[in-house]
Amino acid sequence: MAVVTPEVVKQVAMLARLRLEGKALTQLAAQLDEILQYVQQLQAVDTQRVEPTSHVLPLTNVLRKDEPTPSLSQDAVVALAPAAQPPFVKVPKVIEV
Amino acid sequence: MASRALACQTLHELRDLIQQDPTAAEHLLEELLDRIAQLNGRLHAYLAEPDRKRLRQQVREQLKACPNGKLRGIPITVKDNICIQGEETTCASRILQGFRSPYDATVIERLRREGAVLMPRANMDEFAFGSSTENSAFGPTRNPWATDRVPGGSSGGSAAAVAADLAIGALGSDTGGSIRQPASFCGIVGMKPTYGRVSRYGLVAFASSLDQIGPLTKDVTDAAILLSVIAGHDARDSTSAPVEVPDYVSQLNTSVKGLRIGLPKLPEEGLDHEVNDSLAEAVKAFERLGCQTTSVELRQIDKAIATYYIIATAEASSNLARYDGVQYGYRAVGSGLGVEGSGQAQSPEPRTQNALLDMYLTTRTSGFGDEPKRRILLGTYVLSHGYYDAYYLKGMKVRTLIKQDFDEAFKRCDLVVMPTAPSPAFRLGEKIDDPLQMYLSDIYTISANLAGVPAVSIPCGLSKAGLPIGMQLLTAPFREDLLLRAAYAYEQATDWHRRQPGL
Amino acid sequence: MNYESVIGLEVHLQLSTKTKLFCGCLTKFGAPPNSQTCPVCLGLPGVLPVLNEQAFAWGIKVALALNCQIANVMKFDRKQYFYPDLPKNFQISQYDQPLSQHGHLDITVGEQAKRIGITRVHMEEDAGKLLHDTGGASSFVDFNRTGVPLLEIVSEPDIRSSDEAYHYLTELKAILQYLDVSTCNMEEGSLRCDTNVSLRSPGVAAFGAKVEVKNLNSFRAVKLALEYETKRQAAQLDRGDRIVQETRLWNAKKAITGPMRSKEEAADYRYFPEPDLVPFVIEPSVIERVRAGLPELPAQRRVRFQQRHQLSAYDAQGIAQDRALADLFEQALETYPKPKPVANWIMGDLSAYLNAHAVTLADVKLRPEWLGHLLQLIEEGTLSGKMAKDVLQQVLERGVDPVELVNQGSLRQVVDADALERIAEDVVQAFPKSVEDYGKGKTNALMYLVGQAMKRSQGKANPEQMTEMLKRKLVSRP
Repeated sequence: MAVVTPEVVKQVAMLARLRLEGKALTQLAAQLDEILQYVQQLQAVDTQRVEPTSHVLPLTNVLRKDEPTPSLSQDAVVALAPAAQPPFVKVPKVIEV
Repeated sequence: MASRALACQTLHELRDLIQQDPTAAEHLLEELLDRIAQLNGRLHAYLAEPDRKRLRQQVREQLKACPNGKLRGIPITVKDNICIQGEETTCASRILQGFRSPYDATVIERLRREGAVLMPRANMDEFAFGSSTENSAFGPTRNPWATDRVPGGSSGGSAAAVAADLAIGALGSDTGGSIRQPASFCGIVGMKPTYGRVSRYGLVAFASSLDQIGPLTKDVTDAAILLSVIAGHDARDSTSAPVEVPDYVSQLNTSVKGLRIGLPKLPEEGLDHEVNDSLAEAVKAFERLGCQTTSVELRQIDKAIATYYIIATAEASSNLARYDGVQYGYRAVGSGLGVEGSGQAQSPEPRTQNALLDMYLTTRTSGFGDEPKRRILLGTYVLSHGYYDAYYLKGMKVRTLIKQDFDEAFKRCDLVVMPTAPSPAFRLGEKIDDPLQMYLSDIYTISANLAGVPAVSIPCGLSKAGLPIGMQLLTAPFREDLLLRAAYAYEQATDWHRRQPGL
Repeated sequence: MNYESVIGLEVHLQLSTKTKLFCGCLTKFGAPPNSQTCPVCLGLPGVLPVLNEQAFAWGIKVALALNCQIANVMKFDRKQYFYPDLPKNFQISQYDQPLSQHGHLDITVGEQAKRIGITRVHMEEDAGKLLHDTGGASSFVDFNRTGVPLLEIVSEPDIRSSDEAYHYLTELKAILQYLDVSTCNMEEGSLRCDTNVSLRSPGVAAFGAKVEVKNLNSFRAVKLALEYETKRQAAQLDRGDRIVQETRLWNAKKAITGPMRSKEEAADYRYFPEPDLVPFVIEPSVIERVRAGLPELPAQRRVRFQQRHQLSAYDAQGIAQDRALADLFEQALETYPKPKPVANWIMGDLSAYLNAHAVTLADVKLRPEWLGHLLQLIEEGTLSGKMAKDVLQQVLERGVDPVELVNQGSLRQVVDADALERIAEDVVQAFPKSVEDYGKGKTNALMYLVGQAMKRSQGKANPEQMTEMLKRKLVSRP
């Protein structure tokens, strides 16, 4: 039985801002399904009393002083952008608000 | 010795030569430039043509600026996912084309400070997603030992450049084996340091909790030198360990007598018998050096790939969200506005009323290759509502068990020995259409990343077809010194590292 | 039908640290666009965050002042969504192990005391600013604000009216100002507020569908928006319609809320632990140290003002609400130890002046002892109440000690009416020619007489008073 359907993959693609359709969608959905099937084997591992690891190093409380460091110039920031109207970075109109 | 080409010598030999005669650095560069001109067309280890004038200038400047540098005048190539100020850093992806980093990665600062000469960028799998360098958006790299074969990946360009004597050393990054596996395929030394040993500041993140930068070199001494330059605490990386860096080079000669070598029982499915045989021989060599062997248990190692592909893709999906065409790099032509984008893709007509959404979709869909898309989707899925506990949380818990396996193992032994890859280099195209098979070939390297322990791959044989075979040594966190000592002792006792591809 | 409103408030507070939450860029408000950014806050490939220790310490301070339980271990998580003002397309925030939880804040509405629960106070980074090109096809991004430290302060849905909401916010702001960790300036966006509101029929325990209202630029806007929204929802329920869960925007001009353009998809933030930051352990000793360093908060100060200084509840509230006024009050008492008149002047003329000029105490140069001096001058009889009002105005405008103003001469009043009378009479007697000239309509003559009288009083007479007195004398002459 499939773990993921093309419909689900399409929704996930939207979350990730990828456009998937047609053959590309069915092919990727099939590949993802195969990988997810493989990953199911973890369900067999008993982890009831196991804490999750998100960091392998036991480091804590890494902090920096509230001291300024140099910023980039406006020109440098604007120069990076594919589209700009100095001193701003330009994007297609955001309609939401 | 005069007849032996400079380009074919090791970093430490060249360092000594340049010390005596700085002009050797200039001759060395010329040799490398000639070799690149001759060979890079076939190998595609480098992403760009070298700028001869600027490189010559760099050599002169570095000779002058760093009279006592550990890497004075030494040409090093850097994987295309480590930021160099003013240079294009693309991660071999179209989506970052045109991105010139306004800052240096910490490791780049350290290379520069020690007098290194920065060669053009080394090819890689797009965003380090892959084990063959076939996923580069700019074309694959080929293995110098057999150009119909892959150099491994994702640091395939780095490994091929060093193996083919197109660079004296290289930096790569290793998230699941991306330094060790290509080192093994190309017959060189490749090390993934302990997580936190080398600053990740400036390394374009793939999976933040797994990534490490490390050296790819012609021999173990070179690896020790390069590691000693890049290792050490960095205040700009919260996950960088404030642990002192020992003098790796001076300790290389320390005897390995009495070291306990752990041999884990490994999943043998897919393990090539030539690799198995070479490894058995290598273990005997360690025994001859006075090491004791003992069996150790890594119970969850067969779960490593599944665990890895949850954690790594989840983190990657998040780390790659920023490539959206807004602030830098590529914005798809014709999407919304911003036609100035540097890429060439033509977008279809906008399909939504929302030009911004359309820009995101078009830029990301045309900017990323298939493998990044696959991993972004997988990672997005495992983090999405309702699936988090079953996948990501589960993965983090199994990761704990894998780490515990190693903690236990290193109570019983000093080093663990296992193959780097299940087989020697495979052919181009052999696995490209079967992502799962490609992922499975990472079986032996992945657990070191999950556990955060250091591991090195060194040459330990050649297959009948004349392809290099690599052996992997792993040890406890921050014991790179031990790893290098053992690797060095083995290297001195054998001559696999002296074999050269017949280019 | 009568419904009960169920209201929760979400406040975002910018901390006024020198630098951003995870990098060393400055946080100055109003800097030129994109001038306070670096690779880290721009989220360029390869960068990593490192937490600002001042922001961390201030976070603990605020959480303690709001009676929260501080976590033993806090961590950061990534909240993921695509938006052009969010360079990484995720916000570093806190999800399941926030800085603190389970706090409360006490408010008084009318005579009624009420405790509002605080769900959590957590740390996160601010987003950039988007500017919209009206009519055009583009939006513009300024990343200066990206990465500025924020505290998100989330209340429980314990608030039942727009009045309570208003009091909650005023009290919260007062506390935050006492802590001196933020400018709390709503116009500059250093304090921002969103609200959730739902209605339910009396006696019903379950909450109705909640509507989030955003774009609230002042406490007044919060109050008005809540009033509007409760009416709107009530009318809808009365018609038998269902309330849909949605986000609405407050339109201050029209004084209505309107639906936000619905998103193309449901939000799924895919929170997961930020792998680039390590966990933060908060030792009990650290918590105790911060707690010990907390200033007296408005509520405590109000009580003290009432008990020790016998202020009315109204005065105590009014003065203690603003830390600067409260400090002024107490410091002025050192020079002039009578609380009631000091309080009266602060609540009266001083507050009126500040309101009229739309300034804060920090903007005027009033030293506490000057207020004390002013009251001393009144008590001595050197200044009348009316004069003192003028003097205060000058003190505030010019930044001088009232004693100095009086000593300069023009202000001191000769209080002895008989003495004034005598001087006036003497002058009239001494300058008959001028008296005659005035009778012929030469107004200059009066000025001359006033001048002479002032001279004789050695400047101590009030010139206006003297003028009046002389006029009366001259007119009453045959």
